[in-house]
Amino acid sequence: MAKKAHLNAEQMAKTQREISVSEFFAKNRHLLGFDNQRKALLTTIKEAVDNSLDACEEAGILPSILVEIHQLEEDRYRVVIEDNGPGIVKAQIPNIFGKLLYGSKFHSRRQSRGQQGIGISAAGLYGQMTCGKGPRIWSKTKRGKMHAFEMQMDLTKNKALITKDEEHKEWHQKEGTRFEIDIEATYQRGLRSVDDYIKQTAVSNPHAELRYLAPGMEEARVYERAIKIVPERADEIKPHPYGVELGELMKMLRNTNSRWLSGFLQEEFCRVGPKVAKGIIKEAGLGERSYPTRIAREEANKLFRAIQKTKISAPPTTCLSPIGEDRIKEGLMKECDADFYAVATRPPAVYRGNPFQIEVGIAWGKPGDDRLEVDKTGRITKTKRKRGTTDTEDLLGNADEAVRVLRFANRVPLLFQQAGCGFTKAVTQTAWKNYGLSQSKGALPVGSAVIFIHMASVWVPFTSEAKEAIAPYPEILKEVKLALQEAGRKLGVHIRKGRKVASEFQKRSYIEKYLPHVGIGLQEILGIDNEEREDLVETLRDSMESTRKI
Amino acid sequence: MAAKKTTKKKATKKATKKVTKKKANLRKAGPAERSGRKDLRGVALDSIQEVAEDVRKVAAAGRLPDMTMPQRNLANVTYDRKAGYFELKGNMKTRTLDVNSVKTFAQTLRLMALAKEMVADEDFATKREAYYVSKNWGDAKFNEQRESDTVLDDIEGMFSMKEVTRETLRFVPEEHGGSVVGNLIVVDKDPETGEDIRSDCAAMGSGAYTVPSSVDHLSFETTADFVLAIETGGMFQRLNHHRYWRTANCILVEMGGVPTRATRRFVRRIADGLKLPVYAFVDCDPYGICNIYRTLKVGSGQAAHVNRDFCVPTAQFLGVTPQDIIDFGLEDATHPLQPVDVKRAKDALKNDPFFQAYPKWKKAINQMLKMGVRAEQQAFAKWGLNFVIEEYLPKKIAATKNFLP
Repeated sequence: MAKKAHLNAEQMAKTQREISVSEFFAKNRHLLGFDNQRKALLTTIKEAVDNSLDACEEAGILPSILVEIHQLEEDRYRVVIEDNGPGIVKAQIPNIFGKLLYGSKFHSRRQSRGQQGIGISAAGLYGQMTCGKGPRIWSKTKRGKMHAFEMQMDLTKNKALITKDEEHKEWHQKEGTRFEIDIEATYQRGLRSVDDYIKQTAVSNPHAELRYLAPGMEEARVYERAIKIVPERADEIKPHPYGVELGELMKMLRNTNSRWLSGFLQEEFCRVGPKVAKGIIKEAGLGERSYPTRIAREEANKLFRAIQKTKISAPPTTCLSPIGEDRIKEGLMKECDADFYAVATRPPAVYRGNPFQIEVGIAWGKPGDDRLEVDKTGRITKTKRKRGTTDTEDLLGNADEAVRVLRFANRVPLLFQQAGCGFTKAVTQTAWKNYGLSQSKGALPVGSAVIFIHMASVWVPFTSEAKEAIAPYPEILKEVKLALQEAGRKLGVHIRKGRKVASEFQKRSYIEKYLPHVGIGLQEILGIDNEEREDLVETLRDSMESTRKI
Repeated sequence: MAAKKTTKKKATKKATKKVTKKKANLRKAGPAERSGRKDLRGVALDSIQEVAEDVRKVAAAGRLPDMTMPQRNLANVTYDRKAGYFELKGNMKTRTLDVNSVKTFAQTLRLMALAKEMVADEDFATKREAYYVSKNWGDAKFNEQRESDTVLDDIEGMFSMKEVTRETLRFVPEEHGGSVVGNLIVVDKDPETGEDIRSDCAAMGSGAYTVPSSVDHLSFETTADFVLAIETGGMFQRLNHHRYWRTANCILVEMGGVPTRATRRFVRRIADGLKLPVYAFVDCDPYGICNIYRTLKVGSGQAAHVNRDFCVPTAQFLGVTPQDIIDFGLEDATHPLQPVDVKRAKDALKNDPFFQAYPKWKKAINQMLKMGVRAEQQAFAKWGLNFVIEEYLPKKIAATKNFLP
């Protein structure tokens, strides 16, 4: 074996250079949800749909979104997402679709679906790397003309080169954006598929109309709009002092325009007035009139500690836009035909200075099974109910299966890493036996039910950049559990009542079954005629049923 | 224990002599007559009609009908030495028609309808057949014979005050009675021709006479001195093979576990009609004493409504007693009592009115519990296969006043 020479620092320096984000991504695509072909398809669609929904809501437009998947070759697909949003001005198109880490959402503290400004451009990049062609965009604003672009991305410079730019006078939409990309992918149905994502999106966005066309479908499946109100736009808020870490605090100190420390605290944070600011500064042993930009690390650390020690009221919750109990119910009823629905909303709460709000919904009981109904006179009738939608089975399992947990963060369905998600943890830690579902220790409850959990927050603590699971902060777990308990109690009441009716019905069916034999016995012994026998049985039936209550 | 030692030959000689001596002592008994009531058939039909009529009236009036019958369990019986058998205390259960009872209610009426038909036609059904008849009732059918047997017992209980038994209602048990050999002639009737048929139980060779399911029409003739009721078939065979019944001038009855109703009635009729004492020879364990012997002598809680005729109040307990284990050196031929045995014995001491009435029995059962062992009839084989014939039985029978009550 030849001995290889070691390198010195100078030699090493020759090979050390900046890594562009695009290059980094190219090598670490799994971090953004492109780990395999199946997931790549889902992530691409998910990012585009998230953006479309965000854009529509910000512009106050009821979203109508078209999603198409066309198979080009065995493992190559063309993905099309078109919305009726406000469109994007020409100058911004290459930035938004062609540059990683570019966006409006990362710096703002407002509830939105997207967070990092990475997703849609990553999809474009993935398409270019696997199929050699960059994304194609059509976009029209209300007043502007429609532009059709084709672009290529420069990996090293994290920049998009526009290769084609056409202006058209006419388009089939007044305003909107269409995004098209060819990617290497696999299309499959079932759990955690694009089908699943679209359906769950329809559940959490009952105000949106989705049209979805996938390979093997003859025509687009339409998920109708159930509510014609655009969700209220959430306010943007400044960071809360409790949620800021030392490094971030130092950065803010460096970049602020405020001249005085006291002013800095009041300007840059929410819930800090003159009195609170004075308290923090006094606690930190600093001067109110210190220049923020001159605060050194040691002093910044004192300031950071002082913030933690000072009592500051919770951040305002106007920055949250929960779905709302009625809408959750509408969404569930629309896409998940069940016998019973229960919803519960918690008041807003805070983790690490970030306001958030938990909403849950439960859909229970598979229709198509027998249903018992009690009428005014106390008679119980058995009816077979027909199923409303054709693909309910996607969501609602059988009575002997574990319940389906649908997890949502800012209305976006989370499909992967269920086991590692804080929501799942909260579900397994809830005692479902109290609410009529069976459950083995530490497992999901069993029953024909869907549990819907939504977290609205200005910053959702995902466990990874691929936004697949929620970190189990104690504050979040607690809120989810409380909401589940509230909805669970409603479910329990319903299930217990149902069981009571079922057992009463069972008992009454004995009357139907056996009472005629009392008549036959009497007839055989006494030799009465058929008419008298039937009269006797009828009288007995009335006497027996009138003594039972429900 | 100072009984005289006799060889087998001597014993046989003596016994033969006895037989010849007793020839003059022939006893006879005719068919059973019950309390002067002749037309039980009519009573049965009337009873059925009455119950059904009652249900009809109440139902037509818009109320819920019910049926009343005695509770059939040990808690509802008393034992009086004078009467000699378990008598019903009079606790009744009422079955009102409701969702929980509607099935049984219907089945009761339908079985009563079947009984009415059979009584009228002089036909009969075994309990098993009655169960199969129900298979034609659709939803009201019985799923197991156990269910139909229970309903039959209820019906019988309902009519017991009127002395109508299951047999009068034409339901007969599937199982036949025990086997009989010895100095007894049973006079039966040919069901077709009506001619008398005489069965000599001493002329059965190596087989035996079998007690029929219904015995009230039988007549008896005997020269025997006593009846020996034996628990196991094995012991019965041994005694029969060596013609012990001839030696001891007796009648041997094999009970085969807890004696069936027919066997109890059969022994009762011999005991009453022929004025013969009855000695029971069973295993020394709680089952042999508390179930087999107790049921033979005073009847059971389950069938309390018919005990009056279906038990043998004069029966006495020959053995095997706990004291026998000591007296005959069987200590090393015993088995330890199982938990279920101990439970049964303690249960008898605590709840069984029969054992509570006899301090001697309490003492014997406590002795067994204290010894913690049980001994089978066959245990005497330890001293030789025929020890039981040559030593044990003669010694016991020589002192009948020592028998347990």
